[in-house]
Amino acid sequence: MSTANFTVPTVTHAASNAGDLVEKVTVQNLDFYYGDHRALKDINVSLYHGKVTAFIGPSGCGKSTLLRVLNRMYDLYPHQRATGHVRLDNDDILAPSQDLNLLRAKVGMVFQKPTPFPMTIYENIAFGIRLYEKLPKSELDDRVKHALARAALWDEVKDKLGASGLSLSGGQQQRLCIARTVAVRPEVILFDEPCSALDPISTAKIEELIDELKEDYTIAIVTHNMQQAARVSDFTAFMYLGEMVEYGDTTRMFTTPTDRRTQDYITGRFG
Amino acid sequence: MAIMISGASSPLYASRRRKNGITMTLAYLATGFGLTWLALILGVLFWEGFSGLSLRVFTEMTPPPGAAGGLLNPIIGSLVMTFIAVLIGTPLGVLAGTYLAEYGRHDKLSTVVRFINDILLSAPSIVVGLFVYEIMVAQMGHFSGWAGSVALAVIVVPVVVRTTEDMLTLVPDTLREAAASIGLPRSLMIAKVAYRAARAGMITGVLLAIARISGETAPLLFTALNNQFWTNDMNAPVSSLPVVIFQFALSPYKDWQELAWTGALIITLAVLALSITARFLGGQSKKS
Repeated sequence: MSTANFTVPTVTHAASNAGDLVEKVTVQNLDFYYGDHRALKDINVSLYHGKVTAFIGPSGCGKSTLLRVLNRMYDLYPHQRATGHVRLDNDDILAPSQDLNLLRAKVGMVFQKPTPFPMTIYENIAFGIRLYEKLPKSELDDRVKHALARAALWDEVKDKLGASGLSLSGGQQQRLCIARTVAVRPEVILFDEPCSALDPISTAKIEELIDELKEDYTIAIVTHNMQQAARVSDFTAFMYLGEMVEYGDTTRMFTTPTDRRTQDYITGRFG
Repeated sequence: MAIMISGASSPLYASRRRKNGITMTLAYLATGFGLTWLALILGVLFWEGFSGLSLRVFTEMTPPPGAAGGLLNPIIGSLVMTFIAVLIGTPLGVLAGTYLAEYGRHDKLSTVVRFINDILLSAPSIVVGLFVYEIMVAQMGHFSGWAGSVALAVIVVPVVVRTTEDMLTLVPDTLREAAASIGLPRSLMIAKVAYRAARAGMITGVLLAIARISGETAPLLFTALNNQFWTNDMNAPVSSLPVVIFQFALSPYKDWQELAWTGALIITLAVLALSITARFLGGQSKKS
């Protein structure tokens, strides 16, 4: 917490009191490298339970990269490494001993493009559940139904659970992916530009969903859409050229940003 | 609009139209030329082979010259050897292709394996026949159906490696990340998600490999040799359609030559059916 630009979030939302804030994910002095290229520079940020944190900034500023550190997705690729500390509760998830599959079961992710598995709608959800739990059929059915309901998709698909996940529309596919993520019972959900491939109506649905989901989860969302960040998030982090420029309460960030670059970005002067 | 109209009459536009016309004509001619030969080959095959096609072809053994007979033993021999070759070659090819596309995508070893596989893919099949002759037939002291199957399997492997790798590479990384994002270990991601996404293409690859080996003669000449009679013993020389066609077509006997034509027709139709199936599956995978 030593960066000059780092501002402690001052909570002004009517619904939240400073006392409620439970730090779920803490990022400290995080650096990230693609080969020799340093893509993240000394990042410090926290995600709070029951809150939505939005990451905004121009393309290439490192916001998606940061998100991919939080579930160590970057580990799938060679020559990518992170240094510093990222704590989930009290575990350092960057530790080499960290079990990646267990971590990813706890920290779910929804991607920019809907990515349903090439299987039935039912299987898309049940697949992840079966991975970690052995459930009798009826209980599994309940879990699938619950997950689909949670993603506001149940009513639309309840009569065609046997249809291919790929037969759904883009917005439905994205909600299927959210249901799939929720079904595994994660603690944190990362949204990487979840609406950028969707039409406005689907986008509104997803935003509504994020708002409902935040009661039970810690949520981070990367978005290019500043109105979206303003609408869905409690906290906003502005990143620029791999640095965390400013971080704080969303309302304050959009009304009285302290850094000149934040102000320029949110008023559309660049990015 | 005004720009387009003035463009239509400009010399530049006229010359483009002319070039387009010439190129198109040449392309049509080349296509026509290729298709003509295909039509001629199929025409002759049907003309010569169809007259000999009867139930007897599928129920009787290859005859001595001058007697009536069929192609039952080479048909079964080809089917059995192809089946065993696919049984050996497919798992090897799929696993190697999986290594190249999934586990070793960024490894130096993959570059080497890929290069060797490409060489194997284009290796003349007679070389494969000689190789298996040396390591199996010469060692065992006799020709055998097993040796024939192994020779065909050596041809199957690189085809399947290639298509498996290509098809898995087409599976978007986002799908892999999605699988990883719910805590799926890599092995399960490959088995349950990547294979499923690439399934149609991978099956197509195996079908194409079958099509490729079902017409191979050279590797069988050195390994399975031929057999005038029925045999259940894969340790003995086994008859196959391509080798029977080769022998019968070269013979001076009219009835043998006719059987050779019929055999050629059967292989062609079988390969055609396989290719159409492969096409159909390939088209389906694009839709999903």
